[in-house]
Amino acid sequence: MGLETKPLSTLHEKASYDVADFPVPTGREEEWRFTPLARLKGLHDGTAAVTGGVVVDVEAAPEVRVETVARDDARLGRTYTPADRVSAQAYSSFEKATVVTVPRMTAASRPTVITLRGSGAGAAAYGHILVSVEPMAEAVLVLDHRGSAVYADNVEFDVAEGATLKVVSLQDWDDDAVHVSHHHARLGKDATFRSFVVTLGGDLVRLSPSVSYTAPGGDADLTGLYFVDAGQHLEHRLLVDHSVPNCRSNVTYKGALQGDAAHAVWIGDVIIRAEAEGTDTYELNRNLILTDGARADSVPNLEILTGEVAGAGHASASGRLDDEHIFYLQARGIPFDEARRLVIHGFFAQLLEKIQLPELRERVLSAVEAELAR
Amino acid sequence: MSTLEIRDLHVAVGDKEILRGVDLTVRSGETHAIMGPNGSGKSTLAYAVAGHPKYTVTSGTVLLDGEDLLDMAVDERARAGLFLAMQYPVEVPGVSVSNFLRSAITAVRGEAPKLREFAKELKSGMDALSIDPAFAQRNTNEGFSGGEKKRHEILQLELLKPKIAVLDETDSGLDVDALRVVSEGVNRFRASGDTGVLLITHYTRILRYVKPDFVHVFAGGRVVEEGGPELADKLEAEGYEAYTSKAASA
Repeated sequence: MGLETKPLSTLHEKASYDVADFPVPTGREEEWRFTPLARLKGLHDGTAAVTGGVVVDVEAAPEVRVETVARDDARLGRTYTPADRVSAQAYSSFEKATVVTVPRMTAASRPTVITLRGSGAGAAAYGHILVSVEPMAEAVLVLDHRGSAVYADNVEFDVAEGATLKVVSLQDWDDDAVHVSHHHARLGKDATFRSFVVTLGGDLVRLSPSVSYTAPGGDADLTGLYFVDAGQHLEHRLLVDHSVPNCRSNVTYKGALQGDAAHAVWIGDVIIRAEAEGTDTYELNRNLILTDGARADSVPNLEILTGEVAGAGHASASGRLDDEHIFYLQARGIPFDEARRLVIHGFFAQLLEKIQLPELRERVLSAVEAELAR
Repeated sequence: MSTLEIRDLHVAVGDKEILRGVDLTVRSGETHAIMGPNGSGKSTLAYAVAGHPKYTVTSGTVLLDGEDLLDMAVDERARAGLFLAMQYPVEVPGVSVSNFLRSAITAVRGEAPKLREFAKELKSGMDALSIDPAFAQRNTNEGFSGGEKKRHEILQLELLKPKIAVLDETDSGLDVDALRVVSEGVNRFRASGDTGVLLITHYTRILRYVKPDFVHVFAGGRVVEEGGPELADKLEAEGYEAYTSKAASA
């Protein structure tokens, strides 16, 4: 397959399934300049030895069909074409894919949980998941990444007409894991997509959630929460491509950073193409920097090619804990550590409320607690 | 019986000296009004005593029942029995009033109140100040009007029951109804036990509702005149002009 170009946008110009179509990144490219390539363990330049393992375990709702398929399955790769070298490498290299299908007009009675468990960061593994939600169906999906791995994958969410998919993706890796992942949601007419990304673990995680729309009425909420500790590089690169009229998107990512060389990167690209009249979009990133030595890069890009939008905006801010907040709480007798905990909880509170699965919300809450106790 | 004793207090913000030797003693059972023009250092006194990091105490002492408050962290001062009702209470996003108050009560009393008792206490406290019960679930001070913020400060005062309360321009920006509700709260607090009040204000209006025992006039970073309630009447009639010109020439 040859190179496709999308001349309308200056963002994400290339797309190809073939890794050979992408030169090995040097770190000077716009899309790679924040990522420490040396820590990718060869995922970006073809030197990663593919002997590692990530075990995929699916605990499905009874209404949901789960298959493990070979790489030539015709359903794969239809919603999305890789747009960078690691994504293309994963697409060229995976052996088996997991396909989850929510049948037409079916509401799954409980969440479908896909656990991806890494068995070691010594060698690389590649994966592919397709979640297909058929017309008017509804499902909740959890992607739970654990253990240790050097892992690159592509995850496709095909949300058909009138369907609803809610996804929670938890990156709860061990400290030495490397994970480069692309999540792409393609929304049909009046489809609803809710993504909640929680990234806590790993040495380097680079997750790129993207959304495209095939018909009007699509509605996407992309929410993210991350907590970066000393030495970690956690990068989230969002792309929402409004190419049809009257769709909505909202991106809200919040992170806290603490410790030496803790590094968060957030890139929020939203394109509103000329034909996407009536688009309503907003993106926001906030970073709370808790200690010296931590660094957050936050780059929102809003590219608007039509004058007829319903709403379009972005905001980005990175700052320290507000001394006035801490003073106010301490002036009421609350000790500093507790005051700090309350303010950080408050920072994440509105996001956590969006996780509608109580056990999962508890798990994320206690993970945040554990981070604060470090 | 408690005593807040401020001796020869000098306070600076950066290189600029704001307080230039303040002496003041507040005992429980007493209400002191500090009055003065804008910029005279009244609020600096309140924040310095509470321990706001922006203010540097360059010399002097502040003792609460003989213990040196200046040696304590902000939260330790509060737990020792000092309360500051703020002029501009900050919004704390994502922290509900209920969660905030419960944390504060737990810290000050040294043990968490039972949930049922806390709910009861909170409800009666809010009722007394005509605060909508729905506020308990709202984020602390977020989207509150000026009057709602001040009522919320007085709610904290009544729940935390400090030994000495410093009220920093609690009356500013209130309409007459809100002023009356807030003053009643302060008066309930005064009547509730062995408590002292240091009421900082620019205007004499609140003194019609909360009667002071002593009035101190503040100008140029120190107390320039002291007297009984009659001093407030004099200020009402004559304003601060005499003091501002005196401070400027001092």
